[in-house]
Amino acid sequence: MDLKDKIVSSYLAFEDHLDDISPLHDIRNEAIKIFEEKGFPTKKEEAWKYTSLNSLLKHNYSLFPKHENAIEYKDIKPYLIHDIDSYKIIFIDGKYSSHLSETTHDGLDVCLMSAALTKPKYRLVIENYFNKVATKDSLSSLNTAFSCEGAYIHIPKNKLVEKPIQIVHFSTGNEAALMLQPRNLIVVGENSHVQIIERHQSLTENPVFTNSVTEVFAAKRAIVDYYKVQNDKETASLIDNTFISQKQESHCSVHTFSFGGKLTRNNLNFFQNGERIDSTLKGVTIIGNKQHVDHNTLVHHIEPNCESHQDYKGIFGDNATGVFNGRVIVNKEAQKTNAFQANNNILVSDKASINTKPQLEIFADDVKCSHGCTIGQLDESAMFYMRSRGIPKKEAKALLMYAFSNNVLSSVKIPEIKQRITKIIANKLGVNIGFDL
Amino acid sequence: MLKINNLHASVEDKAILKGINLEVKPGEVHAIMGPNGSGKSTLASVIAGKEEYEVEEGEILLEGENIDELAAEERAHKGIFLSFQYPVEIPGVSVTNFMKTAINETRKAKGLDDMPANEMLKLIREKSDLLEIDKKFLSRSLNEGFSGGEKKRNEIFQMAMLEPKLAILDETDSGLDIDALRIVANGVNKLKSKDNAVIVITHYQRLLDYIVPDFVHVLHNGKIVKSGPKELAHELEEKGYDWIKEEVGA
Repeated sequence: MDLKDKIVSSYLAFEDHLDDISPLHDIRNEAIKIFEEKGFPTKKEEAWKYTSLNSLLKHNYSLFPKHENAIEYKDIKPYLIHDIDSYKIIFIDGKYSSHLSETTHDGLDVCLMSAALTKPKYRLVIENYFNKVATKDSLSSLNTAFSCEGAYIHIPKNKLVEKPIQIVHFSTGNEAALMLQPRNLIVVGENSHVQIIERHQSLTENPVFTNSVTEVFAAKRAIVDYYKVQNDKETASLIDNTFISQKQESHCSVHTFSFGGKLTRNNLNFFQNGERIDSTLKGVTIIGNKQHVDHNTLVHHIEPNCESHQDYKGIFGDNATGVFNGRVIVNKEAQKTNAFQANNNILVSDKASINTKPQLEIFADDVKCSHGCTIGQLDESAMFYMRSRGIPKKEAKALLMYAFSNNVLSSVKIPEIKQRITKIIANKLGVNIGFDL
Repeated sequence: MLKINNLHASVEDKAILKGINLEVKPGEVHAIMGPNGSGKSTLASVIAGKEEYEVEEGEILLEGENIDELAAEERAHKGIFLSFQYPVEIPGVSVTNFMKTAINETRKAKGLDDMPANEMLKLIREKSDLLEIDKKFLSRSLNEGFSGGEKKRNEIFQMAMLEPKLAILDETDSGLDIDALRIVANGVNKLKSKDNAVIVITHYQRLLDYIVPDFVHVLHNGKIVKSGPKELAHELEEKGYDWIKEEVGA
């Protein structure tokens, strides 16, 4: 039985366990129908032209891991930003780990999707927001059908959340192969500010296939800074579907740091439902071996006087492959839009490749939209210059690559994350120099 | 200190250096002059270890050791410094951090620990004062948006930081106004000692009024065709290079 059939047939058993009167019942049924009809995307679809899921679909994944694996704090500490005070929502093989997490209901809700989906006091928020911005594509629908666990974050208005919130999904290798479908909902009230760090981490070499959906709602003048750290094992694959709905004068930023994993696909979608909105999408991708990272972004400018800034840097070595597909839609009504997009890439090996495709659909006439993409090699004259000052080849290369990605890092607002990313880059490049530029 | 014997070098199969012989002893200043395309910058790059240049014949000895097989960074660790004619812009790397990395990598190669931060700061302050460099300048991206004069001053600042045994100044005077020229030359002179040596590559005699050479060599068509005392530079300034070409041709 192929993976799709297995998923569809296990859906019935899954639905049986759930509360029938749940308002989600119809949403789930509709979602599984969409998935059943469309199946996993193939290269025949334009949006998946350069990314094939075939190698992922051949494993016999467990969809519902049976037993919990005992994990201690010391096992996961390296994957957390542990030198800052933060809320933590930690999942082990898809199940919430209360002893590793640090949640709150004190003035804001930082807790679990499973609780939010079942407890009456959350019903209104769920009804108003759950699955309201996620699109009806096959993978998001698949997640919707099975969604039962993930992070639920609800920030009321006028709240500055001082501690960042870390959402981390671990897989332990307890199952020979595991498929995870985390579902996060983040609702941020007027004038509130929150910082979120998300990571998916496999602790063994057993294959993991994560199909995650995150919905973010930013109310008027809310500020949301989201950091995605992707540095997983080369047997772990991630499809990260993120949908952000912004109201007027809100500022949302997503920084995606893609350093690892077998296949990583980021479907990052911004919808601007108000005026004077600012959306920022930034990314650094540094991969090698046979890794594949695909950034598929969408910024939909719906109303006038908004801005969007996209800046993605990629460094590809060995046989690594990258994709950048940046779509910007400017509606007819969205006059005075400022939309910027840049995608710069360095290929450090003859066998590495990148497909980059800006896609601008502009229906308004008084707008400023720019895009630019470059693909190049490391600057040889800069290499010689640095080496002539005593900086060895490897270190010079690393320094140049770091400098190349520096303007994405410079907008990271949490210093500890910047330090961590810098360290990961140094490790990735196999050097031991303290980048501090 | 430096001994070059019958050096032939080419780039992309085009022969540029065609048998250079040169000996530089500690404490000496040598000027290499010559018309455009005579091979001056190539000679500088070959000594510094630029990989695009192929040494076809001959040898370069630094303190008796053949450095032909050494990478550029290894030559730097042994005390060779090249002040670039066109310093490369490196966005995203500040002058300070570039220097910190260069110094600590050089120390690492010598088996030393990183220089303590306070010592590094002191060194940077001292050397930037020597070159009359503004502190703000040090936190800017390396050479990015620098004026011609700032780039050259920054080169000599790096030289001051690294304290090389052999410094090669490739057209350091080009693009400098008279004040910057004086500052740069003053910096070089203060760094001079009986243990180190300087090779000044230049078109014009102007810089040599400030950095006074012990020997002047004329490079023409990939060969040193004439050597002499510092007065030779004045003669070249007055008469140009044509008489040398004729003399060689004759």
